[in-house]
Amino acid sequence: MAVTVQARGIQVVRAPSARAVTEADVRALEGNILTTTVDRIVAWSRKSSIWPVQFGLACCAIEMMSTAAARFDIARFGSELFRASPRQADLMIVSGRVSQKMAPVLKHIYEQMLEPKWVIAMGDCASCGGVFNNYALVQGVDKLIPVDVYVAGCPPRPEALLYGLLKLQELIASRPRT
Amino acid sequence: MLKGMAVTFRYLFRPPITVVYPEQKRPAVQPRFKGRHWLTLYEDGMERCVGCELCVIVCPSQAIYVKAAENTPEHQVSKGERYAEEFQINELRCIFCGLCEEACPTGAIVLGREYELAGYTRASMIYTKPMLTEPYPGSSGRDPGREI
Repeated sequence: MAVTVQARGIQVVRAPSARAVTEADVRALEGNILTTTVDRIVAWSRKSSIWPVQFGLACCAIEMMSTAAARFDIARFGSELFRASPRQADLMIVSGRVSQKMAPVLKHIYEQMLEPKWVIAMGDCASCGGVFNNYALVQGVDKLIPVDVYVAGCPPRPEALLYGLLKLQELIASRPRT
Repeated sequence: MLKGMAVTFRYLFRPPITVVYPEQKRPAVQPRFKGRHWLTLYEDGMERCVGCELCVIVCPSQAIYVKAAENTPEHQVSKGERYAEEFQINELRCIFCGLCEEACPTGAIVLGREYELAGYTRASMIYTKPMLTEPYPGSSGRDPGREI
């Protein structure tokens, strides 16, 4: 069992033997000293500047624009730059229904994005087809590309999209260097 | 140019309109806002849902699945003849139109205020009966003593 000692205002974790050092002890130690593993620094910098690709498809894109505007201000999470070029983007927010004609375009743009890349399926239509269960639309964008976070809502509120983005940040932080 | 700078200075001393979202949410959503679903209870803890499946029929996106079962005197779950043994709502398919709430004859299904709905998989967004049933009567914000 590790012993936590409060020394001069700094939390110090002492393990009785080298064998008893747990993962939590290492985390606590990393919280106290400046250096950390490269993986965590990389994950932290990745999650703090996720640039989305400009890819508004339907009515959800209106809420996406609202998220980028002053009221909700996605820039607080480092995602304010909606890049027109997929080569400069890390995240694809599929905002809206994907028609069969749009499907190859979407796949093309996703493949042009550089690794590492993530996808948020925003809204019902992008997630699973939603109310449009018909021949014209792709029933969920995960039929084409891998999706990391699904955001429900028709359309989701800007806060709900920000919540999805925060969930994605958690995912990136918990899965260093993929 | 002075006119333009006057506008700039006016905005410079106004408080920012940004809602600092995760730390401080907007005070309340509109009263008419429709968020995630709740299966409500009566004051005595009995379930309101009688398993009539009207919400399943009316749902425009076919997001609801109900499996009904008969109430028995030993196992009385709701006040009707039947109750919902299983109740699933696919929150990813739901468009939050509120037709299920309108169709429900006992006022069992209501749409709440929560909008933070996101998941890593599709399956995690299918809400089952234990997730949908309110933890105690009235916790969804509706009066548990109401008629419908």
